[in-house]
Amino acid sequence: MELSGAQILLESLRREGVDVVFGFPGGAVIDIYHQLPNYPIKHVLVRHEQGAIHAADGYARASGKVGVCLVTSGPGATNTVTGIATAYMDSIPVVIFTGQVPTPLIGNDAFQEVDIVGITRSCTKHNYLVKDVTKLAHTIKEAFYLASSGRPGPVLVDIPKDVQQAVTEYKYPKTIKMRSYNPTIEPNIKQVRKVADLIAKAKKPIIYAGGGVISSNAHEELIWLARTLKIPVTATLMGLGCFPGDDPLWLGMLGMHGTFAANHAINNADLILAIGSRFDDRVTGKISEFAKKATIVHIDVDPTSIQKNVLVHVPVVSDCRAFLLALNRELAPRLDEGTASPSHDKWLTQVGEWASEHPVTYSHEGTAIKPQAVVETIYRLTGGKAIITTEVGQNQMWAAQFFRYHTPRTFLSSGGLGTMGYGFPAAIGAQMAFPDKLVIDIAGDGSIQMCIQELATAVCYGLPVKIVILNNGYLGMVRQWQELFYAKNYCATCLEVAPDFVKLAEAYGAAGYRVTDPSEVEKTLKEAFALPRTVIVDIVVDREENVYPMVPAGKPLTEMLLV
Amino acid sequence: MRHIISILVENEPGVLSRVAGLFSGRGFNIETLNVAPTLTPGLSIMTITTHGDEQIIEQIIKQLRKLVTTLKVVDLSEASSVEREMMLLRVDAEGTKRAEILRIVDIFRCKVVDVSPDELIIEVTGEQGKLTALINLLQRYGIKEVARTGAVALRRGMQG
Ligand SMILES: Cc1ncc(C[n+]2csc(CCOP(=O)(O)OP(=O)(O)O)c2C)c(N)n1
Ligand SMILES: [Mg+2]
Repeated sequence: MELSGAQILLESLRREGVDVVFGFPGGAVIDIYHQLPNYPIKHVLVRHEQGAIHAADGYARASGKVGVCLVTSGPGATNTVTGIATAYMDSIPVVIFTGQVPTPLIGNDAFQEVDIVGITRSCTKHNYLVKDVTKLAHTIKEAFYLASSGRPGPVLVDIPKDVQQAVTEYKYPKTIKMRSYNPTIEPNIKQVRKVADLIAKAKKPIIYAGGGVISSNAHEELIWLARTLKIPVTATLMGLGCFPGDDPLWLGMLGMHGTFAANHAINNADLILAIGSRFDDRVTGKISEFAKKATIVHIDVDPTSIQKNVLVHVPVVSDCRAFLLALNRELAPRLDEGTASPSHDKWLTQVGEWASEHPVTYSHEGTAIKPQAVVETIYRLTGGKAIITTEVGQNQMWAAQFFRYHTPRTFLSSGGLGTMGYGFPAAIGAQMAFPDKLVIDIAGDGSIQMCIQELATAVCYGLPVKIVILNNGYLGMVRQWQELFYAKNYCATCLEVAPDFVKLAEAYGAAGYRVTDPSEVEKTLKEAFALPRTVIVDIVVDREENVYPMVPAGKPLTEMLLV
Repeated sequence: MRHIISILVENEPGVLSRVAGLFSGRGFNIETLNVAPTLTPGLSIMTITTHGDEQIIEQIIKQLRKLVTTLKVVDLSEASSVEREMMLLRVDAEGTKRAEILRIVDIFRCKVVDVSPDELIIEVTGEQGKLTALINLLQRYGIKEVARTGAVALRRGMQG
């Protein structure tokens, strides 16, 4: 079968099972768009390419499938860079197709030419410039394979216009084998035994789980391990949802805005099982004071994550799920013999005391709406059964602290890069993956304005995404740092002019509500959640509320500022 | 500690910048770098010398392995290996200097590869120490220009 490059791309997407592409056209991709109506692939036309890449990312996080984004050359391509870096930092499988100027013009500073492969080299897992149409099908197969295997990540494929037009015999490879890329999936069984032996001796074990548990779909195995051996569990921002938020073993998130119990537990543990987490500085606090009493086991599919920030005692390169399956198998006979692990009752009592001494809480004083109460209300109204996306800042941390996540892929947030503007387009992507689920972007008044134009997209496709703005009139998280560490010098953090979000919503054809009275919060949210439309709920909250607990940057995890 | 890292890579456009970008982006330093094709079509060998403590070298090696275009990474300083570098020097050789320089060339087993009335181009091959020693000796005559290949290295054969 002879196909053009444009047809090859679309036919290959079909074969990869891609049902939706988030994109924005331009001269360098018209050939692809010209063919698009002939394929059973939905296209979501965004209003800014940053929206396309975040939506593809949100789709991938919510569904576990590869997200796909299609943009033109030059500015179309550069507009995706923030979103590519966002996906890269959080190991999210997306494939980005960019148009490129015709091959004879490459390097000539042609109209709308940028070296997007050069620009994205350090924020993609891999990228390609396809100069020969006969290599296109193979490259696409490789791109999907790379994006979704090993440690997932974004892969960019740059396709010049003449390559899209050139015709060749089409053959799509069934499988792919690369001599230079062979991620280790199965753990070394000796290491697994070593871990089981350590568990057998540990009196104060803790599981410190990260996004790797979610991306490898290892939550069931993790839950089995924790519950069977009664090991308390904490997780990173990226790991939220990998363990039920209402389980007695759940300690909450750890780190800078982690719980008192989680931070004290990790620094007092004698054994840390770090599973698919990477000892980020927001998690460890002052590194020399981090978990000094513990033997650390680190499981990660990416060897570079291991021994990077913290020296660990037992490194295990493995897919998290493959490791947990092997460990749980190793533990089974030990459980029968009663040798798997000693009782942790004393440790659990201690951990329980920390939790009840300083639960995550907030001051209920004053008449203003408390942002934390808004998040609690959202949790109550949804019974935890919603997909929550977040923007970045205080809104993000409150969404992490006051909503209990019970299942993976229900909390979508830009963890590694902290990209303001992520939450709303990500919600659009998640809603495309799950049309019947309630998808809520918990937003800040600053962040939401960074991709607000996607209201048109949401309305256009009838996506009933809910945006709940915790409106404090500030770039709140930066203001909080200024208050606590910069002598209250609120330079450039007060958002003095704000749009009327209700009118704005209405102008785009969405519904808008504004809430200023605490007694109206629940009623309004309920009404908004029931509407089958795109909705903004603008909630005016206590302006100078802070996120606590907080570990000041560079301090040990246990030096926490509390409410 | 100085390490020589040998990297077998797919010989395709952009590979060099992937490797170089990795070093600059992560704050690792490259002291010397040499790239050339191997006997297997489509594959190249890069030899990089760098400095760092154990943890940094471990990170460098892992990060290099992680590049999708990398087949193999070997830290040659760990094994016993043979290391060589080639250097060309343009030396001021006017009048009486010339005989002295030629004597040094002889002792160091270098070659004179170009002669003109007032200067010589000298070719020398060896380990870093030898090259440094030669530079130190020739400095007083006036070294006008230097070009070096950077180190290349191979693991030694079986040892008895
Ligand atoms: C694109 C981008 N620019 C700047 C920042 C730095 N930053 C982090 S949080 C924050 C404030 C966000 O304000 P808002 O969305 O209103 O959230 P709040 O903290 O008030 O809840 C800023 C400016 C960022 N994370 N991302
Ligand atoms: Mg704000």
